[in-house]
Amino acid sequence: MTSLGIQNISRNKYYNWIIKNLFSSWTNSLITIVALIFLYEIGSFFLNWAVFSADFRVNFNGEAIVDRTYCSKNIMPGEYGACWAIIYARWNQFMYGLYPIEEAWRVNFVYALLPLAIIGILFDKIPFRKYFIYFTFIFPFIAYFMLYGGPGLSVVGTNKWGGLLVTLFLGVTGIGLAFPLSIILALGRRSKMPIIKSLCVVFIEFIRGVPLITLLFTANVMLPLFLPDGVNPDNLLRALVAVTLFQSAYMAEAIRGGLQAIPKGQIEAAQSLGLNYWQTTRKIILPQALKIAIPPIVNTCIGLFKDTSLVLIIGLFDLLGIGRAALADMTWTKLYYEVYVFISLVFFLFCFGMSRYSLYLEKKLKTDNS
Amino acid sequence: MSTEQVIQLDKVNKWYDDFHVLKDIDLIVEKGQKIVICGPSGSGKSTMIRCINRLEAHQNGTIIVHGTELTNDLKNIDIIRKNVGMVFQQFNLFPHLSVIDNISLAPIWVKKMPKGEAEEVAMAYLEKVKIPEQAQKFPGQLSGGQQQRVAIARSLAMNPDIMLFDEPTSALDPEMIKEVLDVMIQLAEEGMTMLVVTHEMGFAKTVADQMIFMDEGRIVEQAKPEDFFNNPKSDRTKLFLSQILNH
Ligand SMILES: Nc1ncnc2c1ncn2[C@@H]1O[C@H](COP(=O)(O)OP(=O)(O)OP(=O)(O)O)[C@@H](O)[C@H]1O
Ligand SMILES: [Mg+2]
Repeated sequence: MTSLGIQNISRNKYYNWIIKNLFSSWTNSLITIVALIFLYEIGSFFLNWAVFSADFRVNFNGEAIVDRTYCSKNIMPGEYGACWAIIYARWNQFMYGLYPIEEAWRVNFVYALLPLAIIGILFDKIPFRKYFIYFTFIFPFIAYFMLYGGPGLSVVGTNKWGGLLVTLFLGVTGIGLAFPLSIILALGRRSKMPIIKSLCVVFIEFIRGVPLITLLFTANVMLPLFLPDGVNPDNLLRALVAVTLFQSAYMAEAIRGGLQAIPKGQIEAAQSLGLNYWQTTRKIILPQALKIAIPPIVNTCIGLFKDTSLVLIIGLFDLLGIGRAALADMTWTKLYYEVYVFISLVFFLFCFGMSRYSLYLEKKLKTDNS
Repeated sequence: MSTEQVIQLDKVNKWYDDFHVLKDIDLIVEKGQKIVICGPSGSGKSTMIRCINRLEAHQNGTIIVHGTELTNDLKNIDIIRKNVGMVFQQFNLFPHLSVIDNISLAPIWVKKMPKGEAEEVAMAYLEKVKIPEQAQKFPGQLSGGQQQRVAIARSLAMNPDIMLFDEPTSALDPEMIKEVLDVMIQLAEEGMTMLVVTHEMGFAKTVADQMIFMDEGRIVEQAKPEDFFNNPKSDRTKLFLSQILNH
């Protein structure tokens, strides 16, 4: 009885919501219906193309697809949808680039550890958080050893790295290195010491005033000029420098926003208790400012993650670079939609994840402060 | 009775740009004295007491606290801040820290006290301000009166010799003013040296050794409370008192 009653109530709730929000007036109903038809058309077209009439590993004759001529849509033009075989064929490159395939387990190992390394930073109420945070600090060394090699592991030069590995490497390392740098920049920009302050302002404004592509070119061409002879950082490292500097300027501005939101009374109270500048900054200002700044920080991270695809213009093969290389291969050429849809999907998954995380935090901040 | 001068202000002047906030301030505070400062809004009361722990810098004249002169020397500022506590109108508790962490923070970081000991000290002062049961809460969960008492406990935990209060009850609802004043009266009875900016004249009559009236950046009148309230010398003091007491 009661459960039925509850069901009725909740059904009514949805019903009421729908009436109130979608069909409240004549025009509202019309817009709702047109929008639904539109969504249905697009959705069914896409699903049909991507799933129902698509090839995965075999074509409509049941033959394994070994090159583009086997794709159903190339045999019977207009009848069939996507030919995902190109993604299968190039899967290893998409994931690892030209990383030797017998060593690819090392990359997989790092991929598997990555969530463990960031979970402690993302969530503050998980059990054993302290140990996760310790792991966050050890992780870069493990990752470096596993990916690059060293005693006991063969060396795999970064010129062999590619695909998702390069995308994630630049995104995660760039963000990780930019974070401490951006805190220093943001604090420096508010410093009372004119030289430090103007250095930070000039740096931040210069970087923000220049497109990432320019920075990538600059790092690629100029970095060797600044370094002593014989030190010749590889392309990936040069890109990392550019990406880190770029990200740190944007993050610094996000953090500055948080710093500005801290009332002056907080600093005065800390000073009157005898805390010095660094203690006040570390214990009072930053914990509050960073909390406020996390949503805008995550926004800059989403931006950066997508922008890493620009490295293909300095000859690095990130996800997009690998995709374009696959398309340049005569056996698979012209399967543009499949490649770009796949790459978009991968980027989307990561960025959507970050975006949801940011929303989750905003909600959490609201409840924390009430 | 030997008197020890713990605060000496000599011809102190301060400007905000070209606005002259403090004009030739002379003030001597002896150990254990309670001084209540009043005056109209904008007369420089806050500025004066904030100069004593260098939240504001003065430009002219000397300020000596416990024999240490306030200059740009950071070491002197540190020494003085360790001995001078301050309570603000807006409480200024640290919202991201629990009550007990608010209080034990400075003993741990400034006095390098072990955490356990600092928390014991914190609890002792929470008992003193009569809210030990709130130790684990966050400032946002407390009433204004409770927050101000935590702020007093936080200052006391550094074991200062001098306490500065800048309108500690002005931001409180009337029913909470008494609980804060009671704590301050108790503190006064224990012999703390106190400088209090307040318009609570009942409190002033109870605890003050000296009353100070400020106007337009000057100390206009300084007297014992009975003289101050019964026959103030300056007309401005009279006017101010008539306004505030008839309120
Ligand atoms: N940072 C500042 N910059 C410029 N002027 C200031 C600053 N702080 C205070 N003033 C000015 O200095 C004067 C004295 O301020 P102060 O806060 O000391 O007054 P007060 O006597 O405490 O007044 P109230 O009773 O309103 O707290 C005021 O006219 C104020 O506008
Ligand atoms: Mg004031």
